[in-house]
Amino acid sequence: MNYKMILNILGWVLKIEAFCMLLPLVCAVCYGETAEMYVFLVCAFLCLIFGTVISPRRPENRVMYAREGFVAVALSWVLLSIFGALPFVFSKSIPNFIDAFFEIVSGFTTTGASILADVEALPKSILMWRSFSHWLGGMGVLVFLVAILPLSGSGNLFLLRAESPGPSVSKLVPRVKSTAKLLYIIYIAFTAMQIVLMLLGGEDLFTSLTLSFGTAGTGGFSILNSGIAGYSRYTQYIITIFMILFGVDFSLYYVLFFRKSTDIFKSTEFRSYIIIIAVSILLIFCNVRYLYPTAEETFRHSAFTVGSIITTTGYTTYDFNLWPQFSKTILVCLMFIGACAGSTGGGIKVSRIIILCKSIVKEIRLYAHPRTTLKLKMNKRTIEHETVRGVNVYMSAYACIFVGALLIISFDNFDFTTNFTAIAATINNIGPGLNMVGPMGNFSAFSPLSKIVMSICMLVGRLEIFPMLMLFSPYTWKK
Amino acid sequence: MNIIVVGCGKVGAKLIEQLSREEEHDITLIDTDAGVVQELVNEYDVMGVVGSGIDVDVLNEAGISEADVLIAVAGSDELNLMLCLMAKKLGNCQTIARVRKPEYFKAINLIKKDLGLAMVINPELISANEIARILRFPSAIKIDTFAKGRVEILKFLVPDDCILSNMKVMDIAAKLKTDILVCGVERGDEAFIPSGNFDIHSGDLLSIVAPIGQAGLFFKKIGIKTDRVKDTLIVGGGDMSYYLAKQLLRRKIAVKIIEQNQQRCEQLFELLPEAIITHGDGTDNKILLEEGLERFDSFVSLTNIDEENVLLSLYAKSKTDGKVITKINRIEYGKVIGDLQLGTTIYPKNITAEYIVRFVRALKNSMGSDIETLHYILDGKAEALEFIIKENSPISNVKLGHLQLKENILIASIMRNGRYIVPHGQDMILTGDSVVVVALKNRVSDIGDILR
Repeated sequence: MNYKMILNILGWVLKIEAFCMLLPLVCAVCYGETAEMYVFLVCAFLCLIFGTVISPRRPENRVMYAREGFVAVALSWVLLSIFGALPFVFSKSIPNFIDAFFEIVSGFTTTGASILADVEALPKSILMWRSFSHWLGGMGVLVFLVAILPLSGSGNLFLLRAESPGPSVSKLVPRVKSTAKLLYIIYIAFTAMQIVLMLLGGEDLFTSLTLSFGTAGTGGFSILNSGIAGYSRYTQYIITIFMILFGVDFSLYYVLFFRKSTDIFKSTEFRSYIIIIAVSILLIFCNVRYLYPTAEETFRHSAFTVGSIITTTGYTTYDFNLWPQFSKTILVCLMFIGACAGSTGGGIKVSRIIILCKSIVKEIRLYAHPRTTLKLKMNKRTIEHETVRGVNVYMSAYACIFVGALLIISFDNFDFTTNFTAIAATINNIGPGLNMVGPMGNFSAFSPLSKIVMSICMLVGRLEIFPMLMLFSPYTWKK
Repeated sequence: MNIIVVGCGKVGAKLIEQLSREEEHDITLIDTDAGVVQELVNEYDVMGVVGSGIDVDVLNEAGISEADVLIAVAGSDELNLMLCLMAKKLGNCQTIARVRKPEYFKAINLIKKDLGLAMVINPELISANEIARILRFPSAIKIDTFAKGRVEILKFLVPDDCILSNMKVMDIAAKLKTDILVCGVERGDEAFIPSGNFDIHSGDLLSIVAPIGQAGLFFKKIGIKTDRVKDTLIVGGGDMSYYLAKQLLRRKIAVKIIEQNQQRCEQLFELLPEAIITHGDGTDNKILLEEGLERFDSFVSLTNIDEENVLLSLYAKSKTDGKVITKINRIEYGKVIGDLQLGTTIYPKNITAEYIVRFVRALKNSMGSDIETLHYILDGKAEALEFIIKENSPISNVKLGHLQLKENILIASIMRNGRYIVPHGQDMILTGDSVVVVALKNRVSDIGDILR
């Protein structure tokens, strides 16, 4: 295990975090929030010092393997969250450290689950930090690191793999660095587009920035207690469209924009994703039509909610807790499906669901004709056995962690729907669940233990389980 | 440059290792074996595509339309040639194909142009060339040539009680009255470019630069015997043996080949009427002795099995004090085999990869860089590069003593209008000179890179 190299990466992650705190700092200066200004200055300084102390110089042995990559990614996210929680604690916005940790983990993992009852009471700069953490966590800090740092060698690929979601992560172009750059270029371009469109719709800069960051990272922290309900129809539609756009595999955008090919429309995952969204909207539309005066409003709320839940964003325009059971059940199903692999969204991912469904069909066909040669295909290509195995193991691990977490938080003695959807909302990085943790509720009532468990669930969900599990495995640390 | 490598066998893997070390290439590899592709992608910063290189879709996915070079090193000659033809049609790239069958290679010049091949590489032939070059000068372990063969870098082992041992590098020229220059020393695992007061020990591997013909004189002065070989015993009768025997016979060196397969023996007999072909198991030491192993002044083991080659050479070393050359296919154990003191070992895969890398660099030549020749020396730890100095070069018209060179860089030779100049402090490099630079731990792709 190359500890020096891991420390070096952790050091860089903290330095980047310090740099990122400049945005809320600027925000604090603009809004004249003197106390917060000092808080962010101090925190940025702490990150910088700590980042320099743990890795003062470039290590000589820069070889990294999958193991170092996974551990570095997992530790980076934990460290990032610990330091990211400090501004909340120091500014006394969220005085309890565990609460603050939960909040920032929820931010970085683009979950959007909050322990705050009244977000409007927070200073603007703190709100900015909360939303910006979504944007950073969406594409990933280490992807950013790989894009800008001269980390030579192949170890980078493992960092990229450990942080990017999906059953099989591949590069867009031969070099890891260029791949990471391209991903960020697409990400920044889309975010900028949304900001401009929101500004054109008459929102102020602060709202446009925070909500766009929340949408881009598929996070879901809003800056009003009413969520997105208070904004204009135009803004709501813009957010709906962009949520769905950010839930698409970014490599498809690369192919579309840089290679000028329309393969995106042939992608099985993309098609399934669009079909799932369309069917869900239709079903919910029919089911909730009686609640609203006009068809347009019904469509707007159902489309927004479906888009928000399947991409695991978690913005709400309407308290879906009040919807009929059928619609709520569809939403819970969408929570598990999640966005496309290679997007900024969470959940199990559409491609994994496709692979699972196809393996079931394959198994049934094999029972009927045991000697048939069958291979799973996606996008007209055979899926490697390794990938299928990876998906199966992922699902088993996912189920185990889900049940384990559910058991622990049930000590708090809330009703089953609350507990079940709380874990579903955190492990899938969505945000709101049902009942107590519904769109109008929050997570503050849970015990500190449950909050820690749910924070871990969020990290597990964002990093797709194995990097976090490796951190706790003795095999990782053995020679 | 955008490079596509088709076929990830040993040569492919070695190529990818070498090319990915040069920062400026974007490499995509194609192989049918998903496991091999995965392994290489994990190890190097390259992109992998699984599939047959002959498949148009696969080539398109690998980005053939934007590729600058396609290197076909797949298993079969037919596939490689076909691939290059297709690549030419699909995109605008230079193509390099590996062709090993002597029958194909013979005809290659007829079809090279029609297939649009930029380079055809025959590993057996170039390895045979290298062996032949060493047999011409058996005291050297490795010989690399520059300036169209007029300058050589030779590597040799400083024997015990040689007058060179405990001599300082700067004293060599004066004490031995010679023009040669020591450009590199390997001691144990380490490699140096020696400074003037570096002490040479016996057991060091010295690399020296010399104009052609001078090295023999130098070796005579330091008491290493330099007689060229008169006869060679080759074990194994593959294509490489054929190419080697052909070259040696042309230079009137007697050749005896021991081959196991009767049919092949008859074939070789037809192909090489002047050579003595013996049918027998060359790994049987009785047969070797019977065939007069002790009387030959050189021995080359070229069977297809590395282990046999190593054992054969060790046995030969114990029986004669002639030159022993061993062919090794597997690259991975180079270090261990190096420790066996086998004399010269030839790695055809390495040589092939080196050849291609050199060609790729030369291609870049037309894109701005001006490397003329490139050889890896000091066990691959350093590079020796030849540049032709263009007008307005940052190093021309300045006394060498005034140039601010980077550390671990040495200007090893200057060739001006066919005249060899040993670079001294008061010498100057002029436009049109051919200059050999040795770079250790540095990457030089332009002559300006050697300056601080």
